[in-house]
Amino acid sequence: MAFLELSNLHKAFGPTTAVENFDLDVQRGEFVSFLGPSGCGKTTTMRMVAGFETPTQGSIKIDNAEITGVPPNKRNVGMVFQSYALFPHMSVSDNIAFGLKIARKPASEIHQRVSDMLALIKMQALGNRYPHQLSGGQQQRVALARAIAIRPQVLLLDEPLSALDAKIRLELRNEIRAIQQQLGITTIYVTHDQEEAMSLSDRVVVMCEGRMEQVGTPFEIYNFPRTAFVASFVGTLNVLHGTLQEAAGDRVLIEGLPPGAMIRLARTLPGGRAGEGVIVNLRPEAVQIGSPATHDPTPVEHDNVLPAVIEQITFLGSVVRVKLRVGTQHLLADLFNNPSLVLPKLGEKVTIRFSPDACRIL
Amino acid sequence: MAVKKLNPTTLFAWVILILCAAYLIVPLLTQFDYSLRMRRDVLSFDAYTSVLSTNPDDNGQGIPRFYTSLLFSTLMAFFTILVSILIIVPTAYWVNYRVPKFKPVMDFFTVLPFAIPGIVLTFGYLRTYSAQPFALTNTEVGTAVILIGGYTIGVMPYTYRAVDTGLRAIDVRTLTEAARSLGAGWGDIILRVILPNLRVAVLSASLLTFAIAIGEYTLANFLFPDERAFGSYMAAVGRNRIFEPAALTIISYALVWVCVLVIQRVARGTDQTQAASIR
Repeated sequence: MAFLELSNLHKAFGPTTAVENFDLDVQRGEFVSFLGPSGCGKTTTMRMVAGFETPTQGSIKIDNAEITGVPPNKRNVGMVFQSYALFPHMSVSDNIAFGLKIARKPASEIHQRVSDMLALIKMQALGNRYPHQLSGGQQQRVALARAIAIRPQVLLLDEPLSALDAKIRLELRNEIRAIQQQLGITTIYVTHDQEEAMSLSDRVVVMCEGRMEQVGTPFEIYNFPRTAFVASFVGTLNVLHGTLQEAAGDRVLIEGLPPGAMIRLARTLPGGRAGEGVIVNLRPEAVQIGSPATHDPTPVEHDNVLPAVIEQITFLGSVVRVKLRVGTQHLLADLFNNPSLVLPKLGEKVTIRFSPDACRIL
Repeated sequence: MAVKKLNPTTLFAWVILILCAAYLIVPLLTQFDYSLRMRRDVLSFDAYTSVLSTNPDDNGQGIPRFYTSLLFSTLMAFFTILVSILIIVPTAYWVNYRVPKFKPVMDFFTVLPFAIPGIVLTFGYLRTYSAQPFALTNTEVGTAVILIGGYTIGVMPYTYRAVDTGLRAIDVRTLTEAARSLGAGWGDIILRVILPNLRVAVLSASLLTFAIAIGEYTLANFLFPDERAFGSYMAAVGRNRIFEPAALTIISYALVWVCVLVIQRVARGTDQTQAASIR
C-alpha cells in the first residue's frame, strides 16, 4: 500500500481548473518531483498535500489515514519554501527549534535535536546567527533543517533552489538528496527545472495545464515520453515533418527531401493512412554526423541515413550542439566534447545517421 | 580656491526648509522665552517649579496635579494601547493574510475618526453609553471604559496604519504558512511570529497613542468634569495662570519628543533585521 495517496484530486478556483484528475501513489521514502511550466498546477497540488488549499474533489491519505480535511498544523507535513520563510527575529537555532517548542517537547530533547540538525546541515558554528547574517544557500539549509526537525511524515519542497545561483543550486541539490536518502523521508519536490527533477527523483510527474502528462522514472520520462508535451518539455527534441508512405507502414518521407531519403521507424503505425502527415521526434544525442567523403567504419545496418548541411555549431561545454539543415527542415545533433573531436565546418555537406529506435511518433 | 556654486533648486529647497522650520520653532522659542519670565527682570525656571511642585490652579494646595493628571492620562493611554493592540493587530493581520481585498474598506474605516469632529464623537459616545442598556457613566470604571474606547477609536488611524505598514514589510503569508506547517495554531502564530516582527510598528503606535491621549481634552473633559485628565489640567492652568501654561506647553512638547526619539532609536536597531527578511 502506498504511503501517500492522492486520489482523483481536483482543484478549481472559480471557473478556472488548476488541477484535475490527479492520481498518484507515493511509496514510503520515495522522492517524487512535480515538473512542469509555470501555471501547470504543481504548486497547487503540493499545497493541497500541505493543507493550504482544500481540494474541490478527491482525497489525500498519509499512511492510510485520511487527511483531506485536517488543518495544516495537524498534518505533520514539513515544508520548505522558495523564499526560505525563516523567522527573521529568531536565530538559526531558534528557527530549527520552533516546531519542537510548539509541540512542547522537553528542553533537553529540543537541544539535542537542534544540535543534530545543525550537524546534518554542517552549520554547527552558526546556531546563534540570524537569517539576515546568512547567505541564500545557508538560509535554505536552515529552512530544510527546520522542516526536518519535527520528523515529518512527508517533506514538501516548493522550488527551494529557484532563488539561488547555479553553483549553490548544484551543491544544495546534492545535499538535499543525500539528506533525504539518509533519513528516508517521503518527499515531494516541485520544480520547473528538468535537470533538478531528473537528477534528484526516484520518479517524476510531468504536469501541464493542471493534468498529469506522465509519471515515471527519469529514464522513462526522458527516453520514452508518452506525449508531445513531455517529449518537448523534458530535454531537447528534434521535430521532423513527413508523410507516411503506406497505410499502417513504417516508412516516412521527410518533407523537403528527395523521395529516396526516406526514414524507417522502429515499428509500423497501425491505423496510419498512406500520405498522412506524421511528426517524427528525435533526441539530438541520437543523431550522429558523418561525411559523404568518409567511410563510416562502423555502419549500423538499418540505421536511417539522411543528407544534411552544417548551419551552426555551439559549444556548450561537455556537449557540442550542431544545427543542421535537412532538406527544408532543421535538426540538432549533440556531440560529446573531447579534445580529439574533429568539428565539422559551417556549410559542409554531411550525412546524419540515427537508429529507428530513436524515432518517436507522438 | 574655487567657490562651489549653489544649484538654484537646492537653494530654493533650503529656503523652504528654513522657513518651515522657523514656522514651527519660532513659536516654541517664544513660548520657552515667555515661560522663563515669571520673575520680573530675571530669566528663571519659577514657572516650571510652580507647575512641578505646586498646584498653580488651586492656590498651591495638595499633591501637584501635574503628576496626578499625568498619571491618570498615562493609565488611560496604557489601557488604550492594550485594547488597540488586541483589536488592531489580529484584524490587520487577518486582512493582510486572508482577505487582502478588504484593505480598501479597512483603509476607509480607519480614517473615519479624522473626518468626524471630536465633539460629535464625544456626544455620540455619551448619548449611547450613558443610556440603557449600557449606563456606563453610572460608575467611574464605566466612564473610564468609555474614555478608553473613545481613545481607541480616535487613535485608530495611527495604530492601524502603523501595524499595517509593519505587516507589509514582512511576508505575512509565507511566514504564516511556514509556522502552520511546523504545527503552530493561530495564537502561536500571532504571539511568536507576527507580533515580534511588529515591534517597531507596535511601539510607534503605542507612543503615538500616548502622545495623543495625554493631550486629548474634549472627551476627557466631558467624561471627567473634575478635570483629572492631563488635557483638562492643562486647560485649567491656562485659564488661571499666566506663565505656567507656557511651561506646561514646553513640558508637553518635551514628553512627545522623548516618545519620537525612543521610536527612532528602536526603529534603527530593527530596520536591518526587517530589511533582510523582505523578499
